[in-house]
Amino acid sequence: MSRMPIVAALVGNPNAGKSALFNALTGARQKIANYPGVTVERKAGRLILPTGEPVELVDLPGSYGLGSTSPDEEVTRKVIMGEQTGQAQPDVIVLVLDSSNLEQHLVFAQEVIELGRPTVVALNMVDLAERDGLVIDPAALETALGVPVFATVAVRRRGLAELTAAIGEARDRAQAHEANPRPHVTLPERRMLAHEIANAAIISETAKHRIHARLDKALLHPWAGPPILFALLFVVFQAVFTWATPFADGLEAVVGGLGDAVKATLPDSLFRDLITDGIIAGVGSVVVFLPQIVILFFFILTMEATGYMARAAFLMDRMMAGVGLSGRSFIPLLSSFACAIPGIMATRSITDPKDRLTTILIAPMMTCSARLPVYAVIIAAFIPNNKVGPGIGLQGLVLFALYVAGIVGAMLVALVLRRSVTKGAASGFIMELPKYQLPTVKDLAIGLWQRAWIFLRRAGTMIFTVTIALWILLNFPRAEPGQDQINASVAGTLANGLAVVLEPIGFNRDMSLAIIPAMAAREVAVSSLATTYAVSASDDEDAQAMALGDQLKSRWTLSMALSFLAWFVFAPQCLSTIAVARRETNGWKWPAFMLAYLFALAYLASFATFWTATALGLG
Amino acid sequence: MTLDQLPLGTPARIASVDWSALVAEEAQRLQALGLDAGARVTLAYRGVFAGRDPLAVEIGRMTVALRRVHARAMIVEPIIESARA
Repeated sequence: MSRMPIVAALVGNPNAGKSALFNALTGARQKIANYPGVTVERKAGRLILPTGEPVELVDLPGSYGLGSTSPDEEVTRKVIMGEQTGQAQPDVIVLVLDSSNLEQHLVFAQEVIELGRPTVVALNMVDLAERDGLVIDPAALETALGVPVFATVAVRRRGLAELTAAIGEARDRAQAHEANPRPHVTLPERRMLAHEIANAAIISETAKHRIHARLDKALLHPWAGPPILFALLFVVFQAVFTWATPFADGLEAVVGGLGDAVKATLPDSLFRDLITDGIIAGVGSVVVFLPQIVILFFFILTMEATGYMARAAFLMDRMMAGVGLSGRSFIPLLSSFACAIPGIMATRSITDPKDRLTTILIAPMMTCSARLPVYAVIIAAFIPNNKVGPGIGLQGLVLFALYVAGIVGAMLVALVLRRSVTKGAASGFIMELPKYQLPTVKDLAIGLWQRAWIFLRRAGTMIFTVTIALWILLNFPRAEPGQDQINASVAGTLANGLAVVLEPIGFNRDMSLAIIPAMAAREVAVSSLATTYAVSASDDEDAQAMALGDQLKSRWTLSMALSFLAWFVFAPQCLSTIAVARRETNGWKWPAFMLAYLFALAYLASFATFWTATALGLG
Repeated sequence: MTLDQLPLGTPARIASVDWSALVAEEAQRLQALGLDAGARVTLAYRGVFAGRDPLAVEIGRMTVALRRVHARAMIVEPIIESARA
């Protein structure tokens, strides 16, 4: 009979280098899912013992103690204790300690070792400690803790073979002996012991982290720090738009070529139209945004890996405090510029529940990458490519204004919410500022690959399905000769009904039609417009040859286009965001509230934009 | 003197903490980070905007960000440099 595979869990303080160790031990063969009932990410990978036996390695969220204060830490506690549904209790605990933060990390380590579960210790990042002039004796630590200790450097794969072998040995030893919990001690006693153990294990110690101090001196400088942060953010957004262009153009050419190739090979039929107008035009118009998403995540992951993200939170704390939030909300909100889903999931590190809820509610207002397709198409079609100043184009300025509108809207809403529905004690800001580190190419590559894959999977499944469904709804029932196909279709009938409600904000039938399937995801609005105009133009050779931008220009006024843009600043058109908000808040109450207030804001903003633009005579 | 009044860069020892002045979860978090009576700390940075908030405190080889509200609950005694070692 084959034995159950060994389950091992990586446990440790935040910033102990667990994720880097996890990546080094398991490679890219990782599975990311969620623990049932909570949206804490479950990261698992496979590792092979020298005996050939496979081990399932689980990376648990960083924690400061077993008395949990955040959903993340709660999962760590439950998994260790074997109380987490959907997760077998780990046979072996791999305790990860940061060598240069030994005394601090030994406090939680003692608490875990006390449980008497089979444990091995990875004394991680010994190279960084040595760089700081700190030499530690693993043998002394092993004697003091009573469990095997291995010095490791994840990035250089130092000590990994020994650590892996020890996982198997710890399990074998556990099978031979009963678990023996050690006597519990109080936190102050543990801290005292941690101090003693650390002092006994440290062989030599010179002046401390000079590099960090020097970097922090500049980056956290009261006057220099904030401008450095804003300059960096400016570079990030600049890069997202300029670096991505050649790649996006390349992808666009591939998508166009694919459509032409299908047109050339398949006979003229409704089926061919489904492939070209439906699938290729629809999915293709979304896939071209992959480069921008990858670039934005590249910066976010780099800021996190280097340790700068925590400094950004520190610098932003005072500003966030002004609207009743804390610097911790800055990280989820910044991630929301890529996508609100990882943004909302990143709120798990916010310990204050009211603070966290407010951040979840405003995250959808950050201009996510799914809005870019919509903004880009409309701006290119309606805003002239004029220069309004040295190096400042009108198109870029409009795009910038849309970003600012989202941020200002979010801050105002946070201010109101913190004084009404999410009222509560002033939220605090307590956060460890991790040591600076050079990110490793491998860790970055794994992170980027995971984000890109999530995006492509979404394009391949949900957007694919929605596009086909829309194409069918647009093409059936078939119109009588001489009648407009869209007006005759199911989708057209629905849109004509919705248009009555949306007429006061300047929306025509096609715009109403576009926002229905865009409920699934915002970028679908572009593919819907592309599909709609492709269907309505299919009898007209001249119209068919027109690019989407020219189609829009011939059918919409500037006021209508601006109203459409204003709508997308606020409208919560993303099923995945709503689903994530429901999971994160454990119910429909808050997502329903989010939908209601954001649609109300979108309607008001579009109404004001349309009538202001009309009154100004913008046409 | 409370921690928020400590001059930048001056090493000090936390003499006592008025935990009752803080929210229970935050008290627990500060303790978990080692900010408790007896700990040796240095105030490293202050924010620039109104209120000079937040603060960055060095404790051991770790830097912890916290708000002035928390620092105000901690009584500290500066360590005289000559008395060291």
